Amino acid sequence: MNTSVRAVTRRRHPMRMGASDRAFTICNTALMAAVTLLILYPLYYIVVASISDPSSVAGGDLLLFPPKWFFEGYATAFGYAPLLSGYRNSLVYTALGTAINLILTMPGAYALSRRDMGGRGAVMFVFTFTMFFSGGMIPLYLLLRGLRLTNTIWVMVLPGGVSVYNLIVVRTFFMSAISQELLDAARIDGSSDFGFFFKIALPLAKTIIAVMVVFYAVGHWNSYFNAIMYLNDRSKMPLQAVLRDLLILNTITTDMRVNPAEAAEKMKRADQLKYCVIILASLPVMVLYPFAQKFFTQGVMIGSLKG
Amino acid sequence: MPGTRAFLRRWARHNWQLYALALPSLACVLLFSYAPMYGVLLAFKNFNPRVGIMGSQWVGMKYFRQFFSTSIVWTTIKNTVILSLYSLVASFPVPIIFALLLNQVKRGKRFIQTITYAPNFISTVVLVSMIVLFLAPSSGFLTKALLSMGMRDALVLVRPEYFRTLYIVSGIWQSMGFSAILYIAALTGVNPELHESAMIDGADIVRRIWHIDIPAILPTIVIMLILAIGGILSVGYEKVYLMQNGMNLSVSEVISTYVFKTGIQNAQYSFATAVGIFNSVVNLLLLVAANSAARRAAQTSLF
Repeated sequence: MNTSVRAVTRRRHPMRMGASDRAFTICNTALMAAVTLLILYPLYYIVVASISDPSSVAGGDLLLFPPKWFFEGYATAFGYAPLLSGYRNSLVYTALGTAINLILTMPGAYALSRRDMGGRGAVMFVFTFTMFFSGGMIPLYLLLRGLRLTNTIWVMVLPGGVSVYNLIVVRTFFMSAISQELLDAARIDGSSDFGFFFKIALPLAKTIIAVMVVFYAVGHWNSYFNAIMYLNDRSKMPLQAVLRDLLILNTITTDMRVNPAEAAEKMKRADQLKYCVIILASLPVMVLYPFAQKFFTQGVMIGSLKG
Repeated sequence: MPGTRAFLRRWARHNWQLYALALPSLACVLLFSYAPMYGVLLAFKNFNPRVGIMGSQWVGMKYFRQFFSTSIVWTTIKNTVILSLYSLVASFPVPIIFALLLNQVKRGKRFIQTITYAPNFISTVVLVSMIVLFLAPSSGFLTKALLSMGMRDALVLVRPEYFRTLYIVSGIWQSMGFSAILYIAALTGVNPELHESAMIDGADIVRRIWHIDIPAILPTIVIMLILAIGGILSVGYEKVYLMQNGMNLSVSEVISTYVFKTGIQNAQYSFATAVGIFNSVVNLLLLVAANSAARRAAQTSLF
């Protein structure tokens, strides 16, 4: 009698812990809280610094709440022409680039997902080999220059047209999501491979298309190195390249001929402005992030199923 | 032979649509990944833009010899290897530990994931700007915090001895959460009955992590390790390049930033191509070596 009661309570509280487990749980909770704060604080600091007055940012008085509000930084940022053109260019590169990525990736991945494709192994090898070996930076640069693509919009969207990693992710999706029976049934109804891809496979792939849009679009939005390698005109620079000039190379000009006090004030403002610029540049990604997070996670998991 | 021709015709009839679907992506890869491989010949020629790669004169191993006779060669190789090895040793275990510990969290797991994934979406330019702003000598809040903890001066950004630490710590901050996704996914696949029966046998959490969770994610760990070793000479040059300044070049010049500077900025195409080839070949060898080692040691491999 007594033992059976104990067995029942035990089953009801499977989490009853010994002393060592309790100690572990306390330490672990504290550690996780600390890690979360350490990751969150720098992000939080940027947001707060972008709306605090320049003197308190420069003086280090800012910890949690702005001692004095200040919104002029944003006004200045909106008036800075290179930033606006960078924004516009990045939007164009991201939209066009992502569209090209999808047009190239989706049909390719579908074809390679078909077990009955003749020579599939060889074609797959052609793709995967590029993940492990490349001709390198200079031959690609000379090729693009030879094709007269450098310093055009195309150099920003074509060379990375297919990411083999993403192609494999989509292929894995098609292989697991579209059954042989579905294909057989469509064939009996007289569907061609084109018809099946456009009318059946593609509509079934909405999730993976969303994952790809997020993967590719964030990649385009955040990239800067292609721009500084392949573009010359300032007017064509994407946002990240403008940011690099502004934030890291410090090209916000401060006129030193004015009196020193005024120059110091300008420096402070320029520093504070940087926080506003960071926020504006990260805004599109951060607004989409809560929605995109799910897709990113899914993408990583599908990709890990077996490449 | 009529048989062969009939076979080919049937093969083509069956496959032409699939190949038509694959064609755009295949063309893209052939043009932008394979065509440049032909450009590798540059490294063995004295490139003359007027006559192209074919017309340029063969010079054999001249540029490789030139690279290995400069003093910068050993600096860049050493910097690349040290930076990669340090990042591998310091960064690789972090997401694994994080995933194992997060797996034990009962409430707030999703919230922690949302926060820790976020930095992954920040661009490299913004990340490096944050480093520069937070560690600015007079106004950076991190500089102030470090000074109050007993650091001797405010020059973290320009002192070469801090470069690697900065590179690695900021990298962990940015990618720890996101790199943990795979491990977290593998851990959710662990059969809960294993844990229950271990608990009945009196195993505490630490022992269950050690004997159940870690073996469960070991294959994932091995695959990730092979990939990491294969990339050991391809450090994230975009970030290194942004973090470089006149004061820290002695530790921050890596092979790929050197290729960029000599090749594209100074137009020494053949020389830079030779350096780039050296880099890719060593990468490929490391990957193959890591893969075969893993196959022998853990029966898991990439290919």
